[in-house]
Amino acid sequence: MPEGTICNKRPVATREDLDALLADSNGKKYYAEMEQLDVDAEKLWATIQKTMKSRTKTWLDICAHCGLCADSCFLYSVNGRDPKQVPSYKIQSTLGEIVKKKGNVTNEFMRMCMDTAWSKCTCCNRCGSFCPYGIDMGVMFGYLRGLLHSQGFVPWELKIGSGMHRLFRAQMDVTVEEFVDTCEWMVDEALEEWPCLEIPVDKEDADIVYMINAREAKHYPEDIVEAAILFHVAGENWTMPSEGWEMTSLSMFAGDWEACKMQVETVYGAMERLRPKRMVATECGHAYRATVIEGPYWAGRPDGQPPVECLHYVEWVAEALETGKLKIDPAKRIKEPVTLQDSCNYVRNAGLRDCGRIIMKHIAEDFREMSPNKEHNYCCGGGGGFNGIGRYRKQRNVALKMKREQILATGAKFVIAPCHNCWDAIRDLEEEFEIGIRWSFLKPLLIKMLVVPEHLLPQE
Amino acid sequence: MYEILTGPLLWIAFAVFFVGLAARVVMYFMGLDWRLDRVAYKPHMGYGLKGAFRSVYRWLLPFGTYSWRAKPIFTIMFFVFHIGLVIVPLFLEGHAVMIRNGLGIDWPAMPQLLADVLAIAAFLAGLGIAVRRLLLPEVRILTDIKDIMLLVLILTLLGSGIIATYHTANYSFWITLHVLCGVIVLLAAPFTKLSHIALIFCTRIQIGMDFGIKRGGMKSNFDW
Ligand code: SF4
Ligand code: SF4
Ligand code: SF4
Repeated sequence: MPEGTICNKRPVATREDLDALLADSNGKKYYAEMEQLDVDAEKLWATIQKTMKSRTKTWLDICAHCGLCADSCFLYSVNGRDPKQVPSYKIQSTLGEIVKKKGNVTNEFMRMCMDTAWSKCTCCNRCGSFCPYGIDMGVMFGYLRGLLHSQGFVPWELKIGSGMHRLFRAQMDVTVEEFVDTCEWMVDEALEEWPCLEIPVDKEDADIVYMINAREAKHYPEDIVEAAILFHVAGENWTMPSEGWEMTSLSMFAGDWEACKMQVETVYGAMERLRPKRMVATECGHAYRATVIEGPYWAGRPDGQPPVECLHYVEWVAEALETGKLKIDPAKRIKEPVTLQDSCNYVRNAGLRDCGRIIMKHIAEDFREMSPNKEHNYCCGGGGGFNGIGRYRKQRNVALKMKREQILATGAKFVIAPCHNCWDAIRDLEEEFEIGIRWSFLKPLLIKMLVVPEHLLPQE
Repeated sequence: MYEILTGPLLWIAFAVFFVGLAARVVMYFMGLDWRLDRVAYKPHMGYGLKGAFRSVYRWLLPFGTYSWRAKPIFTIMFFVFHIGLVIVPLFLEGHAVMIRNGLGIDWPAMPQLLADVLAIAAFLAGLGIAVRRLLLPEVRILTDIKDIMLLVLILTLLGSGIIATYHTANYSFWITLHVLCGVIVLLAAPFTKLSHIALIFCTRIQIGMDFGIKRGGMKSNFDW
């Protein structure tokens, strides 16, 4: 049975596996090998029989073919209402066919499924709220991704990302030492402006354990310092774990459930070791979804809850502003029109729609809602791994059009995006379409607007 | 023919209908799996039931959801079609007589005029739904032969019933056709997409519990 050297059914297990994948350029060799990859029909069907229970089966079965979900999908709208982009069609022609054929599908078919699962659906789950039966194509595409992953049909970048989680328990190769180092030198640099600033690592029984997205540690360490400054000003008793600080899960995008479990157990391990009262998560949508919403199930926790109460950053900020822990200087509030990106992962799929509004009330004078918004907001265009896959860059750029229209319609030139993925997509949107917008996370904005207590300022 | 259809066959059809659908409902709920669905149904039953109730209730209301409001014409056709198909067969005088005679229960009936209006409206709405299916590319691409056959069956059922009400020259033909379609619907319901008669409540309850328990229901109610 032909298996490629880098494109195969085996997940990354060693540094050598990972390096071999990384040595490929843009996945050229990887995708060439994929064309020869055998489909193990027997295993595929066995997996389906074991894991496809009444929810998914019934969804596939009773879809009324009414097409009510068509307009709910932004990818259908931005692709000229292409009937092949109707959510029901996308899932019936992929997962539906695999089930009908009892797993007896060709290599070519599996590659078509891969292209559909990762370039025609961001798993934003919007369609699920527009279907009279509540059929959620986002959930089913997540399931399909798992099946494709188990057969080796997964985009190159996501096999790498998932491999990183397996080897480093982070989506990037950041070791415990490197992480702790980064925290130390970043604080050293900020001390002049913020005396007594610290990032307490591995402090037990703190009120808050703060967890992040690995790219902050690797590429945007200033984000960690900003978080430290805000906790410092708010007077929080907080800490970060030296191990288990990474909340993201590219393995979730890849459908690599085994790696998802490994990753989230490391995070929960940190919570159990340090026994904080609560966890606060950085401004990332899918990291929150992975660790707080889906993670408990990967880890097999029967109550569906993480070991400690978890807050997304917007929840913590909303709370800190409402309780007065953080105070905004009225003169420094945002004067220009500003809009807010509601992340599917923590708004539609985790009920946090009000936090953003509370924050905007405190920091913005001319807040403009997008339409639609809250749980009905459209995906930024780059979710579910779409942003990071070179093979689908063209399709991703088309996908950005919906957000472009939504932002333009608000008249605002400034977009607040408290989610790494959305932030990236909106940055790329500006690069691609040049509509003259700026975008930001919350942290740098808040720091500029804060009223800082006298004793925390540098002594002249 | 008419005697056979309205005799034992009809009661067998009813038995298949009720037992079959009940079995599908039971199998549906038994087939839910908290690990694979990733919803902790049992430990948070309260949140789950609240979410389930809101999910069913909002969708039963015409224009009760974002989705219904986004497609007003379809929504009107949908509700007129379904209200006709549920209410008329239950409370039509002609049917009530059969129930009274067959089961000896004092079954209520609605005025004939109301029944006529509902039935004709349902028929027209059904035609509209069929035309929509053929005209809109996003619906056409989903349509298969079974969808067409089901629509033809239901429209024939409604149409023949309406014509038979007026005791036309060919009354016995129309009434036989009507009962035949009715029997086919009852027999087919558990095994075809008609099973949505019962399963729509199951899937709506499930997704309601999903949002109610896991996807934010403990923080805010999902605004369907
Ligand atoms: S809205 Fe639901 S039932 Fe209708 S086609 Fe889409 S998935 Fe199927
Ligand atoms: S989950 Fe989102 S992207 Fe995927 S089919 Fe549904 S609406 Fe479209
Ligand atoms: S990237 Fe943002 S908008 Fe897109 S699916 Fe993820 S959270 Fe939603």
